[in-house]
Amino acid sequence: MWSYEKRLQFPVNIKETNAKLAQAIMSQYGGPDGEIGASMRYLSQRYAMPYNEVSAVLTDIGTEELAHLEMVATIVHQLTRDLSMEEIEESGFANYYVDHTVGIWPMAAGGVPFNSCEFQSKGDVITDLVEDMAAEQKARSTYDNILRLTRDYPDVYAPIKFLRAREIVHFQRFGEALRIVQDRLDSKNFYAFNPGFDKCEE
Amino acid sequence: MMNSGNDRNRLLHDIGVIDFVVVEMTEYLDTHPTDKEAMEYLNHYVRMKNQAMREYAMKYGPLRISDADGCNQNEWKWATQDWPWKGGC
Repeated sequence: MWSYEKRLQFPVNIKETNAKLAQAIMSQYGGPDGEIGASMRYLSQRYAMPYNEVSAVLTDIGTEELAHLEMVATIVHQLTRDLSMEEIEESGFANYYVDHTVGIWPMAAGGVPFNSCEFQSKGDVITDLVEDMAAEQKARSTYDNILRLTRDYPDVYAPIKFLRAREIVHFQRFGEALRIVQDRLDSKNFYAFNPGFDKCEE
Repeated sequence: MMNSGNDRNRLLHDIGVIDFVVVEMTEYLDTHPTDKEAMEYLNHYVRMKNQAMREYAMKYGPLRISDADGCNQNEWKWATQDWPWKGGC
């Protein structure tokens, strides 16, 4: 189960609206390498994990990603909450506005709606952990792209920089989880069977 | 009134800093479950966090339901106070 804390993991206080930036940053809410996909990926993968430490990593990182989801939504909300009709029309935000006004809805910057095909839960330990490591790197690259777009907006830059740093830490933790798994498998052939499904011959 | 706003922001900031250590150490311990020094470090920050969360709940309302019993009982501040996405106090 879960409990909620009524605060953000890192403060977000954006003073000026900016619909263009909001449209780009929205991708880290519901885009292909966004925080919804991250959290659902790790929380869903837990059930096929035969090793407790790895389930712990997936639970705790999957939970932290929910806090990141809330931060990204807050950034988008604060960038759009006081938009005028003129700004909506001139910034290219009208396509989003027509369906969602200035509410938060998960989609990629290019308009593609969130879809669970953006992550995998394969039921195979090594497959899943390698996906997780790639996912953290892809999210880091996306945050790097966002940082280049937000250089002149310190209120936006600081929380994005925090989120980027967390991707690097999580990559490290998933790398350690993969090492823990491999230490328990036959080093001559890690991929001979699926320890989450096939019964190992001792 | 300015002072009370500053105190509230400072306390919320401190909770954020303390909890960052809790999150980071939790994830570290998941893959280093026998690191005794790290466990002691985490425990220290868990205690600090509980203390700060308690103080915040008493002064300004609860940030989590488990601290709601330390609050003013005339009003359910969990519901009536601003939500985090609205920005600074």
